[in-house]
This record gives sequence, C-alpha cells and structure tokens, in this order.
Amino acid sequence: MTGSEGAPDPTAGDGPDDLVPERSAAGSGPLVVVEHVDKHFGELHVLKDINLTVNRGEVVVVIGPSGGGKSTLCRSINRLEPIDGGSILVDGKELPQEGKELARLRADVGMVFQSFNLFAHKTILENVTLGPIKVRKRSKQEAEKHAMELLDRVGIANQAQKYPAQLSGGQQQRAAIARSLAMKPKVMLFDEPTSALDPEMVNEVLDVMTGLARDGMTMIVVTHEMGFARRAAQKVVFMADGQIVEENTPDEFFTNARTERAKDFLSKILTH
Amino acid sequence: MFDFRPFFDNFDQILEGFWATVRLSALAAVLSMIFGTVLVSCRVSPIPVLRAFGTGYVNVLRNTPLTLVLLMCSLGLNDELALKFSGSNSTYYWWAVLGLSGYTAAFVCEALRSGINTVPLGQAEAARSIGLGFTQSLRIVILPQAFRAVIAPLGSVLIAMIKNSTVASAAGYAESASVMKDILDQPSFTSGAIPLFIGIAAGFMILTLPTGFFFGWLHKRMAVVR
Ligand SMILES: Nc1ncnc2c1ncn2[C@@H]1O[C@H](COP(=O)(O)OP(=O)(O)O)[C@@H](O)[C@H]1O
Ligand SMILES: [Mg+2]
Repeated sequence: MTGSEGAPDPTAGDGPDDLVPERSAAGSGPLVVVEHVDKHFGELHVLKDINLTVNRGEVVVVIGPSGGGKSTLCRSINRLEPIDGGSILVDGKELPQEGKELARLRADVGMVFQSFNLFAHKTILENVTLGPIKVRKRSKQEAEKHAMELLDRVGIANQAQKYPAQLSGGQQQRAAIARSLAMKPKVMLFDEPTSALDPEMVNEVLDVMTGLARDGMTMIVVTHEMGFARRAAQKVVFMADGQIVEENTPDEFFTNARTERAKDFLSKILTH
Repeated sequence: MFDFRPFFDNFDQILEGFWATVRLSALAAVLSMIFGTVLVSCRVSPIPVLRAFGTGYVNVLRNTPLTLVLLMCSLGLNDELALKFSGSNSTYYWWAVLGLSGYTAAFVCEALRSGINTVPLGQAEAARSIGLGFTQSLRIVILPQAFRAVIAPLGSVLIAMIKNSTVASAAGYAESASVMKDILDQPSFTSGAIPLFIGIAAGFMILTLPTGFFFGWLHKRMAVVR
C-alpha cells in the first residue's frame, strides 16, 4: 500500500451510499480475472497471453506505448471486442458471447472513452438517465433523481438541460463518468479519459476519478497521468507489444522500474 | 395555342385527379418511411439472413423500373393471381400504394444508411457499454441521429415519389396524370395541350415545392450538433 489513504474500504466511505454497489453474493474473490487472453486482428497478435487480477476496490493503472494493446484490453473486458482465447471473469462470471444476457451484464462494467461519446442528440440529463430507464427499468422520476445526484457529484448539475456540444471537454467527460456511474457498475474502465482534453481541463476530470477511487470504486485506468497513478492506484501494469511486461506498485514503477522496456518508456515520457 | 379553356373547363376533374395523387402519395410517404426504416435496420443487423434480405430487396427494387413494379402489382398480383384488397373499387389504389411505397422504401433505406454512416462509431459503443441491446441502440441512439442527418435528402426522395406517383395511372389508378390523358383523349379536344401541361405541372409544384422547403427547414432545425 502506497497511498496515504490506506486501503480503500468500499463499506466505509462518506460518499453517496448508492455509488458503489454492494458486495454481491458472488463473493469476496477478485472482481476481474483475466486469464490467458489472446486476441488477433487478422495477422496482428494484439493481446498475448494476458493475465491480470483486479481486486475489489482496487485501482489499476495501465500504461504503455501507443499500439501496445491497452485499449483492446479494456474493450475486451466488457466484450466490445470478442477474444480469441482465454477467459475474462467479472465478479466470478464470464460474460456471454452475445445477445441480451451480454447486454445486461455489460452494464456492470462501466466504460469511459477518450472521446466521451455522449449521445449527441440527448441532453446531459437524458444521457445519464437513458441506461437506468431502458436497461435497469427504473422509473423516470427515480432515474432523474439519481442522475441529478451524480451530476452534482461530478460538479455539472447546472448543465443538466444542455446538449453535449454546449459543454467543454472536461464537462463532457465528467458527464460521461456520471452516465457510467448511473448504471451502478461493479468496475469502471477508463481508456485515456484525459488524452483528448485541453491541459486546463485535465485536473477536473482526474479529481472526479480520484474521488471515485477514494470511495472504493474498482477501476482500471489507461492513462499516462503519473500524478493520478501515484495518488489513486495500488498497481501499475506496463503493457507493450500486446504483453504485460511489468506489474508494480506506482512508487516502485515510476522511480525504480524493474524492466528495461519500462525504463526506456518512462525516460521518453518524462523528458517532457 | 395558349388556350387555357380546356384546363379550366375540366378543372373539377383535374382537382379530383390531384386529390387522388395526394391520397396516394401521402400514404406512400408514411409507409415508405416505415418500410425504409425496417429495411435499413435489416441491412445493419448482425443477423446474416436479415442483412441478405435487406441488401437483396434494395438492389432488386432500386434497379427495377417503377412502371414494372406497379404493373406487377396491378396486372400480376391483382388480376392474374387475384390477390385483391377487399372493396373492389379501391383494390388498384391499395396496390398502387403498396407498389409505390415498396419501391420508394428502397431509396429511403439507402438515404438512412448514409445517415447511419455519419453517426460516429463511438455512439454505438457507448450505447452498448451502458447495456443497450442492438435493437435498442439502433432505435434510441443511432437512427434518431441518422434521420436528422438526412432529412433534406429524404425530402428529395419524397419529392421524387410524388412525381413518380403519376406512374400509377399505368397500373389502373386514376390520378392527376391519367385525368390529363383523359382530357387529351376527349374527341372535343382540339388545342390547348401546352396550357394543360403547364397547369398540371403547376399543380405538382404546389405539392412538391412546400415539401422541399419544409424538409429543408426541418433539416436545419433538427441538425445534431457535435
Ligand atoms: N479494430 C481494429 N482493427 C485492426 N487493428 C486494430 C483495431 N483496433 C486496434 N488495432 C491494432 O491493435 C493494436 C493495439 O491497439 P490498441 O489496443 O488501440 O493499443 P493502445 O490502446 O495501447 O494504443 C494496434 O496495432 C492497432 O493498430
Ligand atoms: Mg488506446
């Protein structure tokens, strides 16, 4: 444990009580287990025997050079991409290949994209309530109440009636986080959530994510933001050429990486 | 030469013809939008059989002359195979509606498909990631944005459809063009063909110009800002 917070405890916390899902009956084992996962795009072998375990309440930062397979790994975990071999268990269950059952279970894995992907023809409030109403079958009233709490939490409650294009990038990304949270996911995936943002907006998004981590949300975050990794993560995974090259604590990784490949990568991103 | 008398002498008949045109094209507009939406849903569906059906349908209908489609409906299906709509007076009307809608649906489908191509892939991925199924994603996220992107082209498809409705006269449905032909065939008709054409053309513009303006206006108003 490296952070000053100590181990995040999902059952403690002073955040909104409905933010982090209750521990499911399925148990106390690790929340995400990726085992021997292989994935090809045609000839290209993009995921090579990936093994990764993410415990409940743990925050894992995935870092590595472009094209290394980080996005593909994220997308495989909620089956936006099918995998060729191996297995991915979320809360002890393997996601089914396709169909209705998959759609329902997929909502347990929240996803935040680099390009926000808010529904352009719907207001921010509608973006956040859509999933709860259509997938979780909540009443409109209940969904809106919860959505407003979430928007308040990410600091954009006053933007609820606007359309995505009327918001700044940072606000849009915070709205996208609220949209994911509204499904009460067991784990959240972030694929370079701040890479498309102007520098002055990066922190407002990282602050929201740090808050989530503190409240015990299980998170897998692809990012090169070292400050966030040191502040919020318990584990750093360095990925290159479709392989996990190194797994380490954030402090160890950034000051004293074990592998040459990681040292080389860090020297490149640290020079500017 | 510019004798407008035949036009005004037969004005009642002409109005009746245009009323028939309106009845045909209004229903065909609604039905072709519905068929076209169903077709495009088939064309982008993950189910291969539906995709093949959508592609096959569009390619056949889009490449068959409308006259043939309508004659197939009236002479082939109605007369030869005796597939009649009840109420024998209106059976040709219903076949004209179906034929014209079925034909126009292929063009509506293609317009919508180009609309779907304007919707960024991330929209569908976000929809799937919050747990929407394929049909829900299409209905709630993709199609509404696709429609808004192609409102103006859809207007053009409808204008073409209104003009195409004259072909229904060949299939036994009396609309404005067949009224015009009846007038021209009257033994008493000697001159004034050009004024008659002009009058009928003006009648069509009264239907099509506002359609074009309306869809242009709607297109601007409904555009999705990204
Ligand atoms: N849909 C796709 N089709 C073909 N190749 C892809 C596709 N998506 C990603 N790739 C390739 O897979 C490799 C890994 O990509 P990605 O997972 O996006 O890496 P990262 O997120 O680490 O930059 C890259 O070489 C990329 O070009
Ligand atoms: Mg990537």
